[in-house]
Amino acid sequence: MTRTMWDSSVGKKTVMAVSGLIMLAYLVVHMLGNLKIFFGSDDFNHYAHWLRTLGEPFLHYEWALWIIRVVLVAAVVAHAVSAYQLSRRDLRARPTKYVHKKPRTSYATRTMRWGGVILGLFIVWHILDLTTGTVHPDGFQSGHPYQNVIDTFSTWYGSVVYIVAMLALGLHIRHGFWSAAQTLGVGSRTRDRAFKTIANALALVLTVGFIAVPVGVMTGVVS
Amino acid sequence: MKLTLRVWRQQNADADGAMSTYDVDDISADMSFLEMLDTLNEELILRGDDPVAFDHDCREGICGACSLVINGDAHGPERTTTCQLHMRSFEDGDTIDIEPWRASAFPVVKDLVVDRSAFDRIIQAGGYVTAPTGAAPEAHATPVPKPDADFAFENAECIGCGACVAACPNGAAMLFTSAKVNHLNVLPQGAPERETRVLDMVAQMDEEGFGGCTLAGECATACPKGIPLVSITGMNKEWLRATRKSGRR
Ligand code: HEM
Ligand code: SF4
Ligand code: FES
Repeated sequence: MTRTMWDSSVGKKTVMAVSGLIMLAYLVVHMLGNLKIFFGSDDFNHYAHWLRTLGEPFLHYEWALWIIRVVLVAAVVAHAVSAYQLSRRDLRARPTKYVHKKPRTSYATRTMRWGGVILGLFIVWHILDLTTGTVHPDGFQSGHPYQNVIDTFSTWYGSVVYIVAMLALGLHIRHGFWSAAQTLGVGSRTRDRAFKTIANALALVLTVGFIAVPVGVMTGVVS
Repeated sequence: MKLTLRVWRQQNADADGAMSTYDVDDISADMSFLEMLDTLNEELILRGDDPVAFDHDCREGICGACSLVINGDAHGPERTTTCQLHMRSFEDGDTIDIEPWRASAFPVVKDLVVDRSAFDRIIQAGGYVTAPTGAAPEAHATPVPKPDADFAFENAECIGCGACVAACPNGAAMLFTSAKVNHLNVLPQGAPERETRVLDMVAQMDEEGFGGCTLAGECATACPKGIPLVSITGMNKEWLRATRKSGRR
């Protein structure tokens, strides 16, 4: 079954859909957690600490967080590798372009590949910025995420990178969520409107929810 | 009508092709698109030039032979086959671009003719029933629920023209393959090969070098027979079910 899956264009697309939905589920929770920043540094830092003690005493300190991290890395890698392989196949299948060109397909559909690349680069940047502190402006303090977030969004480039990536995310989810329903065979004529509406709603809520944080810092609402 | 045609000319599969420009005059709005090309070819022959090669057979929209990309649209601006497209869809003085289906799985044979035998091999991989059917059986002998019959009929309308592949930005054959899979897979007559059919036809589709689906929806917009995009969703569902059930590695 694994071989049949990975060797088939339909199977590989299934891998993309499942890994995409795993990332999407995580992003909804992540976005809601981020909004705690509007309740002040105690609330936000306490929430970050709680993430590390999650599942105790059944799990050890930080185990739950590491399990989530491993699942997410697996999802990102599976998603990116299948995206790369499928895109190569697609480009090979249509080497000659039409002389008479027409604007086709929606913006969200056309930008899935480049938007995906932007998201991939952003994920790396984001981890180096706020998890490891490698590219953080200066004075990264682990255990003090509230201050770190404010430092990042106090630089113009920190906010620009973040906002561009979140707009790309919205577009990606707009086409991606509905596509995943078709790939997994759960779409139908009667459910089509519902899936498109949910896709648009998810895209909008996630984009607005994530962007609220840098906007909050830039406008001084969060300081 | 007076028209300027820009037509893809290519001597054979290995030659380089290019767009050539021709002027045609005295075109009636009642002519079909293919009759308009016949008019051009008569002139070319009288001049001693090589006529433009294009595929056609029934000229009544049922065989799936005709295949032209007209102004960037597979089968042109109307939702029908090229042979059923009429010149009234164009204006006097128009310039019309005419190109062959483009996909690496559909190599150009000459001018506007492409080799679509990849579709035949997808059908050979499973687009049939193995039960000997004999003469038409009594219609009520095998009850089929109405919604299933409707879905089978809708998918059975596919004439195998390949416009879906031509329109797809990935050169994918998902709409064609899904029409053929669904047509047989929803019916009791197709049940014995339900799993092998979808697995083998999708494998053959990949083997032929068609692209994958990115749900762009161009195929269903171009399809002259209105095969819907949800046919692809239906095939994905069948494929996943078969992968679980068939016990293949
Ligand atoms: C590593 C960075 C990423 C890359 C390179 C990438 C690339 C792609 C590509 C090329 C597609 C197929 C596009 C198409 O069908 O037209 C896709 C689909 C999808 N992506 Fe991403 N993406 C990335 C990150 C994400 C993230 C963070 C999410 C989480 C929300 C996500 C969710 C989805 C979903 C749900 C689909 C639909 C799967 C399907 O069509 O069945 N992707 N991605
Ligand atoms: S699905 Fe439509 S466009 Fe594709 S081969 Fe069949 S009839 Fe032609
Ligand atoms: S020539 Fe038969 S469908 Fe057009």
